[in-house]
Amino acid sequence: MSIYFTKEHEWVKVKDGIGAVGISEHAAHELGDITFVELPAIGKVIKQFEVLGAIESVKAASDIYSPVSGKVVKINEALNDAPEIVNESAEDAGWLAWIEISDEKELQSLMPREQYDEYLKTV
Amino acid sequence: MELIYEKSVPGRRGVKLPASDVPSASALPEGLLRTEPAGLAEISELDLVRHFTNLSRRNFSVDTNFYPLGSCTMKYNAKVLENTAALFAPFHPMTALLPGGEEFCQGSLGMLYDLGQMLADITGMDEVTSQPLAGAHGEMTGILLISAYHRAKGNRKKYVLVPDSSHGTNPASATIAGYEVITVPTAPYGDMDMELFRQAMNDEVAAVMMTCPNTLGLFNPHIKEISDIAHSFDALMYYDGANLNAIMGKVKPGDVGFDVVHVNLHKTFGTPHGGGGPGSGPVGVKKALIPFLPQPRIVMDDDGVLSLETFRPGSIGRAANFFGNFGIMVRAYAYIIMLGREGLIRVSEQAVLNANYIMERLKPFYDLPYDQTCMHECVFSASRQLAHGVHAIDIAKFLIDRGFHPPTVYFPLIVKEAIMIEPTETESKAAMDAFIEVMIEAARTAGSDPQALLDAPLTMPVSRLDETKAARELNVCCLV
Amino acid sequence: MNDSHYCPHTEEEIREMLSVVGASSVEELFAPIPPELRAKTFNIPPGMSEFETFARMQDIVADNGAAMVNFIGGGFYDHIIPAVVDHLSGRAEFYTAYTPYQPECSQGTLQALFEYQTAICRLTGLDVSNASLYDGATACAEAAMMALRATGRNRIVVDGCVSPFSRQVLKTYLYNQDVEVVEITPLDGLLNRAALAAVLDGRVAAVLVQNPNFFGGIEDLSPLASQIHAAGALLVASVYPVSLGLIRSPGEMGVDIAVGDGQSLGNPLSFGGPSFGFIAAKKSLIRNMPGRIVGETIDKNGKRGFVLTLQAREQHIKRHKATSNICSNQGLCALRGLIFLSSVGKEGLADLARLNWDKAEYAKARLAGIPGVTVLQSAPTFNEFTLFLPGPAAPIVTELLKQGIAAGVPLGDYYEDSVNTLVVTVTEKRTKKEIDRLADALQAELECGHI
Repeated sequence: MSIYFTKEHEWVKVKDGIGAVGISEHAAHELGDITFVELPAIGKVIKQFEVLGAIESVKAASDIYSPVSGKVVKINEALNDAPEIVNESAEDAGWLAWIEISDEKELQSLMPREQYDEYLKTV
Repeated sequence: MELIYEKSVPGRRGVKLPASDVPSASALPEGLLRTEPAGLAEISELDLVRHFTNLSRRNFSVDTNFYPLGSCTMKYNAKVLENTAALFAPFHPMTALLPGGEEFCQGSLGMLYDLGQMLADITGMDEVTSQPLAGAHGEMTGILLISAYHRAKGNRKKYVLVPDSSHGTNPASATIAGYEVITVPTAPYGDMDMELFRQAMNDEVAAVMMTCPNTLGLFNPHIKEISDIAHSFDALMYYDGANLNAIMGKVKPGDVGFDVVHVNLHKTFGTPHGGGGPGSGPVGVKKALIPFLPQPRIVMDDDGVLSLETFRPGSIGRAANFFGNFGIMVRAYAYIIMLGREGLIRVSEQAVLNANYIMERLKPFYDLPYDQTCMHECVFSASRQLAHGVHAIDIAKFLIDRGFHPPTVYFPLIVKEAIMIEPTETESKAAMDAFIEVMIEAARTAGSDPQALLDAPLTMPVSRLDETKAARELNVCCLV
Repeated sequence: MNDSHYCPHTEEEIREMLSVVGASSVEELFAPIPPELRAKTFNIPPGMSEFETFARMQDIVADNGAAMVNFIGGGFYDHIIPAVVDHLSGRAEFYTAYTPYQPECSQGTLQALFEYQTAICRLTGLDVSNASLYDGATACAEAAMMALRATGRNRIVVDGCVSPFSRQVLKTYLYNQDVEVVEITPLDGLLNRAALAAVLDGRVAAVLVQNPNFFGGIEDLSPLASQIHAAGALLVASVYPVSLGLIRSPGEMGVDIAVGDGQSLGNPLSFGGPSFGFIAAKKSLIRNMPGRIVGETIDKNGKRGFVLTLQAREQHIKRHKATSNICSNQGLCALRGLIFLSSVGKEGLADLARLNWDKAEYAKARLAGIPGVTVLQSAPTFNEFTLFLPGPAAPIVTELLKQGIAAGVPLGDYYEDSVNTLVVTVTEKRTKKEIDRLADALQAELECGHI
């Protein structure tokens, strides 16, 4: 399954038209101990790079921008009680939401893993 | 230490209430009656006194420790101010709003009026409202006044400009007042980047909010030019008075183009901080904004009689219940008349001298990102210490063990590992020298034994606290 | 130079410091300020000693004349203050500290605020409280904005029985926001439920009521809560904390957010401030709550301690996206509130509330016995009630002020067609003798035909 990243450090993994969305390990590390994840409502229709949710740590708060346009079909409710999952497994168990992607062409505006790694060296 | 509720014993009583001298009334209807008394403390007076006395001893305070908390102006709070405030305790604010009631409030209203006049002189404004209850409340009030001004002129405005070094309250207040915020970066010379500022200005900008001297402790020499540019777009200039302590009698915000100011009485005018409040944030305006000031407005007639304008058609309404944090204004008034003209000028001079003295002496030991003559505060960076794994917060905790309240370390956001030091004018050279020695020791220890800083503090009632646990579990009230 | 107040340096020390700084004079340090911008005038009068200052302040107070015998409220109430409140809150370790950003050296303030939050939760019957807001009126506005954020809706319904000051502050806060404020005209001094039903739709974020309301009336809010929740809105109630010694708690009545002014809890009238605002809510709303919140945690050794928590909501981190622009709270006034509540205590607060009610009921019967005077409320009241006089209330109030009595608040300035209406407040401090004096004076005024 291919993974794409945004400049704001979100990722999306795509399978059968559904994109799982989360934040990168780099972002999770930068935020520090995460204390709260604000998840979108199921059914929410969102455009690419609009605010999908938010993540808070003790000393920071950060908006999460959706890497793709589409409709939220599932959210990771485990994060409500255990936001630390994002710290422990940002790019896997710490996913935030599943989005039914409305336009897969948008993925071209995102960065594959290698390009994102290069990008991280510049920030 | 146990909570007061953990010291409670069922049935124990504290203060005795006055006896009733009227017949007992019949009961309230069932549905309205409280079913069980609220679970307040049940404690004897002596135990209560010990509880709070011992709690108080678990605090650092200006009266017990040097408190160089940048941006907060933790100066000494003169004791006589507390005595003067108590004089006004029995006066009910509604009295002034009763028909014919102003006659019985001439002292209170006169004090507010005079204080407004003096603050107007200090800031170069034409009139001051006492209503805003704190600095941020003053900002919101001030930006609403600006929006009323634009509305009355038919201006269509959308944005408020703030430098990225501004206090967080600036953008937050502008947002509440209905504007979008444009943030202008700071240039390497430590002030809002003039070129980026020019580019950001347009006809839709309602106001530019500035702190001057800014949160890096630097006076912006381009301030008049900034005002002129803003005014050319009919944008008004807002002065965040948090750092007024540096410039009293030296420069007036109104003279350099500011149209609206708020003043933090709890910073510049010597009123106590109260462990986080109450503050007081009177707002001064230029003539063009007087029609929009909140109601009730205090006015004086030719015979010196004071009255209230309670209904003002153009007004933004009311920022708070009555006349603001009156007791704080009594203290500030007493402070100003006590220090007087020369005294206030000296306050600013010594505040600036003290900050420059500390800056100069610590310069060899800490990075100083903006190395210029500062005003009332200076901002170092612990970036050199970071190489040893020591953050600004670790230096802060080390200072606590040595009996010093730390400087501000989370702010300003534009300086990495910021250490913002504001000694104020009331500290002696000896107190500052002792602080400087400990800061130097901290810098040395960061190199030789960084773990010692990471382990601090060791002498307090608690060691470092788990803030993550607090934020995840959110136990904000005692359940048992 | 050393004659200055609180600036301790000697000339010698100033010279030493200047040489370290490398400046020849203090004036040189002000060089960054361009000469053409320097102040040309500064007209503050010359200073004086603290003794002369205090004498001057005594003269100013004297211009007020003697304080009135207060039968007025309107948000501020003349209550007893136990001596311990002044003495303990007057400890400099409390009042000269700042916001407890460094928790290890601020456990005194932090634990006191945690105990305060606990007292507010228990008093209001709700789950969470912050560490205080500015005052009761701004607390109403903050609660409304909290409801707007929590529901994502854009309409606030306000009962006209809410204090006119709180309603004005609410409108000022929302002056430039895309929010519609709908006011419901009172019906016989109570909320007009039919009018509420007519406006309660899917756009409404919250309904703001006051209990006891501005006229003094109290209601069981439970049925209202069900109706409001069915519409997906929140019920916000502004309450009078002393009344909660007697009246069912807002939490029990189904209120989602309770707010109020804490002045009556150990803070002097002081011509209107400082006091504090309180706000308490159901736990699900905590992330939308404004202001500082203290939370319990442990230190590295497992010892209990307290910190400011949920700071990521606040302006110093979230800037323009913060839940509120609030920075300071009214910590010292909230501390006074906690000391007051702890001194009066669990049973004591119930007794105090009962005392207020008994006195007000006595006064109500006494005043209603005056020919031509009737009481507006058929519903119960707490320590305030509304009288209909046979003529305009304002001139009578003016006359009685000259006798040293603040007889009540005439409603003519605040409600249409209410010139004959007077709200009277009776706290535990008013003696039977004072109440009788008010009744006699009012009767005399009515008889001598001032109206």
